[in-house]
Amino acid sequence: MIAVIDYSMGNLHSVHKALQHVTDEKVVITSSPDDILKADRVVFPGQGAALDCMSELHKHELVDVITEVSLSKPFLGVCMGMQVLMEHSVEGGGVDCIGKYKGTVQHFTDHIGATDAAGNRLKIPQMGWNQIKHTQDHPLWKGIEDNARFYFVHSYFVAPEDKSIVSGETEFGISYPSAIAKDNVFAIQAHPEKSADDGLQLLKNFTNWNGQP
Amino acid sequence: MALAKRIIPCLDVDNGRVVKGVNFVDIRDAGDPVEVAARYNREGADEITFLDITASSDNRETTVHMVEAIASEVFIPLTVGGGIRKVEDIRTMLNAGADKVAINTAAIHNPELVREAAEYYGSQCIVVAIDAKKVSKEGEPDRWDIFTHGGRNDTGIDAVEWAKKMAEYGAGELLVTSMDKDGTKSGFNIPLTKAITDAVNIPVIASGGVGTLQHLADGVLKAGADAVLAASIFHFNEYTVGEAKQFMADQGIEVRI
Repeated sequence: MIAVIDYSMGNLHSVHKALQHVTDEKVVITSSPDDILKADRVVFPGQGAALDCMSELHKHELVDVITEVSLSKPFLGVCMGMQVLMEHSVEGGGVDCIGKYKGTVQHFTDHIGATDAAGNRLKIPQMGWNQIKHTQDHPLWKGIEDNARFYFVHSYFVAPEDKSIVSGETEFGISYPSAIAKDNVFAIQAHPEKSADDGLQLLKNFTNWNGQP
Repeated sequence: MALAKRIIPCLDVDNGRVVKGVNFVDIRDAGDPVEVAARYNREGADEITFLDITASSDNRETTVHMVEAIASEVFIPLTVGGGIRKVEDIRTMLNAGADKVAINTAAIHNPELVREAAEYYGSQCIVVAIDAKKVSKEGEPDRWDIFTHGGRNDTGIDAVEWAKKMAEYGAGELLVTSMDKDGTKSGFNIPLTKAITDAVNIPVIASGGVGTLQHLADGVLKAGADAVLAASIFHFNEYTVGEAKQFMADQGIEVRI
């Protein structure tokens, strides 16, 4: 069973439908710690603001559950579900996050100008299809070409201290980590559930993944 | 390597069928929305916009089911517009599988709806649709007003000022349609679109008037749009989305191929 963690932060139907499209395994949207602890694999999605996200996770008593399952099961963080794995986000004046990985979540405007080097305007949020360069091999990249385009919608990006966990990078005025991977965890800033064939391939890879890097 | 400009086929849906009017009349049937959306997805569309133009709100249920059906098969962003009047309508469409909703007339009657929706659901899923029509006289500087009711009612609101206001209220994106150009196949309204892209720092989708692939490219190159939307050139198989992308790529535009 695959658990998609529901903590009242946004639309989980897309993730659910996309997973159902690529696997015969049972996919449940759940906020129940029991279900999440019982699941064979866990998807941690999310959108919206980091502060709301963390307060909902605390309210649903899910922080410890997420910490626990992210130590053992194949675990996929998506978008906000990647960002809050860091220690701290600058969003909304600053908010402490789950802290699985040392590092912060930064706002694009503190790092980029109004245009990139080629003169393209950089509008925030970054909304649309951008490329992910694979900075290391990973089972979840199987069948996905280097620099394939994924759908992104975000204003903040992760800055992990340990660069060896960066699995993919994207350019938007700067080069930033758009995927991280360590042990049984893979997390991606883009939305695989909205990234057409390459996104479905990544989800399919996740459903087949044994959790080994 | 940079963010790609998006090509967005638009499905105008009336009572469960894809249609396309010329200047909002003369409706031609273009097929089953789920099939059409699946075809665009296969051709490489970056998003799909689905505008419900069904006059009667009795048929809203049909639309919800259609959104569900499309969202189960098409794994690219889906925007749904038409008849979005209150926060509950937004919730209904997001729950059905839409990723974004386009708010048009309701934003004019109640701009706070945009603020409320953006705060609650996030700007990323709130698109404000702007239907603009030129009101300046010959020889005057260009000026466009927001029109409602398919271009019949002038609200007296300046389109560029409205665009800025909607961006401030939390719109994540603007869908700018020229009512002078829509259905004419004579190209986007470049001055209108450029005036708005210059005025705001959120993505702008150019809409209304595409008849050739050069028109799509011009929306990016001349008007600075982040995305270009077209309906009839794709519906009636004049061009595939793939051909449109190749054409734009050949002109040096970054696209997802």
